[in-house]
Amino acid sequence: MGRKLLLDKAHIPGIRYYDTYKGNGGYAAAEKALKGMTPDQVLDEVKKSGLRGRGGAGFPTGMKWSFIAKPEGVPRYLVCNADESEPGTFKDRYLMEFIPHALIEGLIISSYTLGANTCYIYIRGEYAWIPEILEEAIADAKKNGWLGKNILGSGFDLEIYVQRGAGAYICGEETALIESLEGKRGNPRIKPPFPAVKGLWQSPTVVNNVETLAAVVPILNIGGEEYAKIGIGKSTGTKLISACGNINKPGVYEIEMNISVEEFIYSEEYCGGIPNGKRLKACIPGGSSVPILPANLLFKTAKGETRMMTYESLADGGFLTGTAMGSGGFIVLDEDQCIVKNTLTFARFYRHESCGQCSPCREGTGWMEKLLKNIDSGRGKMSDIDLLWDIQRKIEGNTICPLGDAAAWPVAAAIRHFRDEFEWHITHPEEAQARNYGLAHYADPREIAVPA
Amino acid sequence: MADEQKLFKVTIDNITVEVAPGTTILNAARLIGGDIVPPAMCYYSKLQGSGGKCRTCLVKVTKGSEADPRPMPKLVASCRTTVMDGMEVANITSPEVVDARKSIVEFLLINHPLDCPVCDQAGECHLQDLSYEHGVSATRYEFKRRTFDKVDLGDHIKLHMTRCILCYRCVFTADQLTDKREHGILGRGDHSEISTYIEQNLDNDFIGNVIDVCPVGALTDKTFRFKNRVWFLKPVDAHRDCENPKCCGKTVLWMRGDEVFRVTARKDQYGEVEAYICDTCRFEKKETSDWVIEGPRKINRHSVISQGHYVGMVKPQETIVKVMDGRAPKLLMDIHRVSEVNRPEIDLSKIEGPAHSDDFKINGVHPQ
Amino acid sequence: MVQFSEEKLNKVKEIIARYPDGKQKSALLPVLHLAQETFNGWLSSDTMDYVASLLQLEPIEVYEVATFYSMYNLKPVGKYVFEVCQTGPCMLRGSDDIIAYIKQTLGINVGETTADGLFTLKTVECLGACGYAPMMQVGKHYREHLTPAKVDEIIAELRAAQ
Ligand SMILES: Cc1cc2nc3c(=O)[nH]c(=O)nc-3n(C[C@H](O)[C@H](O)[C@H](O)COP(=O)(O)O)c2cc1C
Ligand code: SF4
Ligand code: SF4
Ligand code: FES
Ligand code: FES
Repeated sequence: MGRKLLLDKAHIPGIRYYDTYKGNGGYAAAEKALKGMTPDQVLDEVKKSGLRGRGGAGFPTGMKWSFIAKPEGVPRYLVCNADESEPGTFKDRYLMEFIPHALIEGLIISSYTLGANTCYIYIRGEYAWIPEILEEAIADAKKNGWLGKNILGSGFDLEIYVQRGAGAYICGEETALIESLEGKRGNPRIKPPFPAVKGLWQSPTVVNNVETLAAVVPILNIGGEEYAKIGIGKSTGTKLISACGNINKPGVYEIEMNISVEEFIYSEEYCGGIPNGKRLKACIPGGSSVPILPANLLFKTAKGETRMMTYESLADGGFLTGTAMGSGGFIVLDEDQCIVKNTLTFARFYRHESCGQCSPCREGTGWMEKLLKNIDSGRGKMSDIDLLWDIQRKIEGNTICPLGDAAAWPVAAAIRHFRDEFEWHITHPEEAQARNYGLAHYADPREIAVPA
Repeated sequence: MADEQKLFKVTIDNITVEVAPGTTILNAARLIGGDIVPPAMCYYSKLQGSGGKCRTCLVKVTKGSEADPRPMPKLVASCRTTVMDGMEVANITSPEVVDARKSIVEFLLINHPLDCPVCDQAGECHLQDLSYEHGVSATRYEFKRRTFDKVDLGDHIKLHMTRCILCYRCVFTADQLTDKREHGILGRGDHSEISTYIEQNLDNDFIGNVIDVCPVGALTDKTFRFKNRVWFLKPVDAHRDCENPKCCGKTVLWMRGDEVFRVTARKDQYGEVEAYICDTCRFEKKETSDWVIEGPRKINRHSVISQGHYVGMVKPQETIVKVMDGRAPKLLMDIHRVSEVNRPEIDLSKIEGPAHSDDFKINGVHPQ
Repeated sequence: MVQFSEEKLNKVKEIIARYPDGKQKSALLPVLHLAQETFNGWLSSDTMDYVASLLQLEPIEVYEVATFYSMYNLKPVGKYVFEVCQTGPCMLRGSDDIIAYIKQTLGINVGETTADGLFTLKTVECLGACGYAPMMQVGKHYREHLTPAKVDEIIAELRAAQ
């Protein structure tokens, strides 16, 4: 069994409630920080832990916190990103639903470190029942002296509020989130200025993912150095992976970042293999935006090394033969799945979620969806594949925010690795309506072709 | 400090200029002028917060600064990126930029109706100029284009949303120039639209300026629509003592003979208004007697209208074929194919009196 | 007339108090949610104008926001809205079949409402329940691990609640 730091107490009945959480060692880290440490000492522990942002980009949290501007007389804000809308990702929901106090405790410590006296949890609007859970936890924490004025006599004040979104993936992007929190359309801002300098209401702001902020609790409990010993290299600590698709045991797992991808999919402790004796065709290990990998590149990197569940190993081979940890939304496709159809649903998703501010994303996402729809329904042309390739290439890197890139990558990777399947859809339009292309040769090691 | 402010050196397409810190790459390029100025469809120097959206002004920063010479990893929007001392930028000398710009133009056009022959803006449309100078010759888009119904925004302004490129300029204008914004961007993504949501008159002293800031023919002057093609008209500078203290009263009258067909603000070479005018001057003062006429307007924007060869026109520098790798600029839409008037051999200023379509006949018949 | 009850107005005040002075625009999303819940599950232009007046905003600012977010209904909907997820992970586990089954059972297409005004069918993008697919949102809650039998049960349950 891997070590658990976030979900170690998840099985305890009633852990959702204050008394049980507190009775099982909860709020010890907050007490340690507020009573015995300066903000800089806490920051130091977080730096030592090597914690990296769990929202997708994997940016070192300690470093991010040290960038926050500290002008005199201007309030600072911590915003918890609970927008969780990347297809394949549902880990933050689990934490908030079942162990809300772990997040609240993390928010207290993090706000203390940053000198923020107000913290907002921005949660996706569809998680409509969770704000009540969080608000109850906040009220209980407040009743017990963990929030409000002069917490534990430390002189530190903090209020936490929950803000509901209203259905927009783009509000997970930190500047769009800030705009939305200001009551506006979720249009990402043009950076610079960065939120650390001018964020919410033009004040210095840090935006972090739910899991990142909750991870601060075990880091203080066991110490940054101890935390850094878990995992491999710069992938320190544990990571929540939400596993879905064609596996026996979909769900949220906490892993130490030292197991292999193969173990994660096939071991009984985690996904438990693929149902009905089917074989693995492909996997998208970090949420819809990261490149899809065929089975033949998943378990072993192009260099022949075992691929591990770490930031570095998943990314090994770059965009040609690698993928990314992303948000930890682990999507498994078995031999019966159609790559074209899957890519089409993602393209539709990104078209639907584009804010429409910048022309490449607004116009390009819709164009890609239309072309994929044609190919999927047997009306595609061979030249459409190259056109798709060209469109994604022209969106990538040319947009205001990374949603454009996120829309381009799944299409690029699908064509890069599964071009035969796209071509088959075009050359066999009728057959493609009746059956799937199947596993073909994707399970077997072979040369990797890169489209011209 | 005011006198001895240190200037930043920035090099764009191998031409160096010194600018004040805080200047954007685009504005530095405008100081140099000519072909190396990136096209800007959404940025508008007089509108705070504008820019960054259309992506036509993307350039490559090949050297970040003297202090940190690393190139920037992605192309950047020159209208929203400020220069650093020692920065080096490639615009038309970068094949990557030229290629990206071509794709941006393609993206902007896939849902554009290409109805230039019937559009009021034809001849002074920035999208037409952009596609003319930077576009590709054929579209690869084979789907139905997005369409919207035309709507009246009150008595003076027509909104033809299908042509809009969502530059947000009109929204910024309404926000920053009028007391109360009544129109905005509704919807999301590729179905965003400029609208009032509920049918409503845009009613404000200065709202007419949205017509001038709109780079395409999405917002047009109803008091002018379809009365005439711009290239039939002669622009003259004029002014009047406007009662509205916020209005400069300095305009361009678009005339044919003694008739005033349209009143607009005066625009600079980048198509930006020099000073805003009020709706009374724009929509209600259509008599020559309302105005003091100063003389012919110089149209010096490198634009399709300037092909009308107005008196005193400043001829734009030709695209330097050499820096473009020997490629000539491609025509997306050849204006001479859609317009019988805009023929290079006919010089509007040489025609006696108002131009008339008969003046453009070839051997007594209208050309096809 | 569109008008919140005293209790709801207090709720609005409480929401506004979460933000610094003068930043009451931040309350827009939560107050629109409240308005939609209160006024028959959708936002009419009167409702939006009312929200604008409560928060001292121009009506256009409210329209701009309400049309941006997918959860606000700008047209009347049925009493229960079935919002079935159709994104990749749900598709892999058969969401297309569930959509087809609901269409057939209720005799409506996506975007339509049953004649009795009870059910509306919508397709939506990933709701963050991919591991419990196929799934849909009905009102505040998620219905997960859907099968045709489970869809039947849900429809029966909601009909019975009438
Ligand atoms: C289109 C888009 C959607 C995003 N969605 C989320 C999200 O739902 N949750 C999240 O935590 N981060 C999301 N991010 C990443 C955030 O912008 C930001 O990097 C993150 O919240 C930082 O927190 P971290 O450092 O703790 O990971 C998204 C980014 C983009 C570009
Ligand atoms: S990339 Fe897409 S989502 Fe991001 S700002 Fe541009 S249009 Fe909006
Ligand atoms: S109507 Fe014109 S000014 Fe307004 S956004 Fe569209 S193109 Fe820009
Ligand atoms: S002018 Fe710079 S992005 Fe539009
Ligand atoms: S894909 Fe359906 S809930 Fe995520």
